[in-house]
Amino acid sequence: MIPAPFEYVRAGSADEALRALVEHGDEAKLLAGGMSLLPLMKLRLATPAVLVDVGRLRDLSYVRDEGDHLAIGALTRHRDLETSDVLAQQCGVLQAVAAEVGDNQVRHRGTIGGSVAHGDPASDLPAVLLALDATFVARGPGGERTIEAGELFQGFLETALAPDELLTEIRVPKAGAGGFSYQKFNRRAQDWAIVGAVAVTNGSTRVALVNMATTPVRATAVEQALARGAAAVDAAEQAAVGTEPPSDLNATPEFREHLARVLVRRALEAASV
Amino acid sequence: MTVNGAAQNHDVEPRVLLVQYLRDVVGLTGTKVGCDTSSCGACTVLVDGESVKSCTMLAAQADGAEITTIEGLGGEDEWHPVQRAFHEQHALQCGFCTAGMVMATVSLLEEIPQPTETDVRLGLEGNLCRCTGYHNIVKAVLAAADARAAAK
Repeated sequence: MIPAPFEYVRAGSADEALRALVEHGDEAKLLAGGMSLLPLMKLRLATPAVLVDVGRLRDLSYVRDEGDHLAIGALTRHRDLETSDVLAQQCGVLQAVAAEVGDNQVRHRGTIGGSVAHGDPASDLPAVLLALDATFVARGPGGERTIEAGELFQGFLETALAPDELLTEIRVPKAGAGGFSYQKFNRRAQDWAIVGAVAVTNGSTRVALVNMATTPVRATAVEQALARGAAAVDAAEQAAVGTEPPSDLNATPEFREHLARVLVRRALEAASV
Repeated sequence: MTVNGAAQNHDVEPRVLLVQYLRDVVGLTGTKVGCDTSSCGACTVLVDGESVKSCTMLAAQADGAEITTIEGLGGEDEWHPVQRAFHEQHALQCGFCTAGMVMATVSLLEEIPQPTETDVRLGLEGNLCRCTGYHNIVKAVLAAADARAAAK
């Protein structure tokens, strides 16, 4: 399978990428690692006229301790998250979940920013970033702006990023020694989650779900039950409240609701809530 | 880019995939196309030393990179230790997945020189064997790791 013809522009800097986006408008797509976009292009589900390759912007590949938070460059590969000492010490959940994305080959190419900008509700990292209340930094022709996690994911493969914006950085709070767990249910090792649940404790407990709606979603009812003092096993019963799980070859919505309750309970127990 | 140490210089259409470039332009057909959807790993090659599925990378993205394919590991006279381990442990049946398995193994052993059996099974999760001959493949990877350690 071969993608439809397109024009290829390799950006040497973030500014060059932004200029290309302005020039080509919504005909253009940004290419990072290509782990999500290229399969869609090969299936001709995506047919951008211009690909702006930002894969070589190494200055956007980093994990930095910024004092009160961690800053992660949008082009940091999953492999680099997986092996980051800073993440291991300060945000173990992100390190652990990066190691669950796809397989080694995918993690050698795929980037955190690419995963976020793709906006797939079945992806692992967006739900974790939602649970962490991450902040996203986007650069556009008018300058830089920040977007909160709750605002970023708008719909299936839709984010609040404008066609002429480049996601440059992701900021996450330091989790320190807080507990966490990611429970991913799939049939084959390298598959997307049929349902996933992540729990993060750091003072309060936050829970987010993978593949339970058109976007990653917070399990708000579970969080509220825990805040009222409910036991983990009881709070987990609320896991599917307010979700709109999809129906596909892998699972019915009812089965997904069941999975959400079971996986949230396991995540809460493993995170020692 | 360089492929197995030799410089290659071609103008290709942007949409040409790395695997097509290697097979059809450079003429190295050891790398296989299996599922063509980045699931099976038969097309695995090394890009700057790391395993990558070459059906899901544009040749243009690999511009300037060092590519290693199965042909670059060793020939009939002098096998690479991973090739030898696959041979000795009978880690192949039909052989279709083998080039990808071997390349993924070379990359894995760079990252985890002394893997446990679990490390191997997780490390090769992106490579499917249609003969389901996984047990001997895992044995071969562990044997290759031992041989590698002994050689050092």
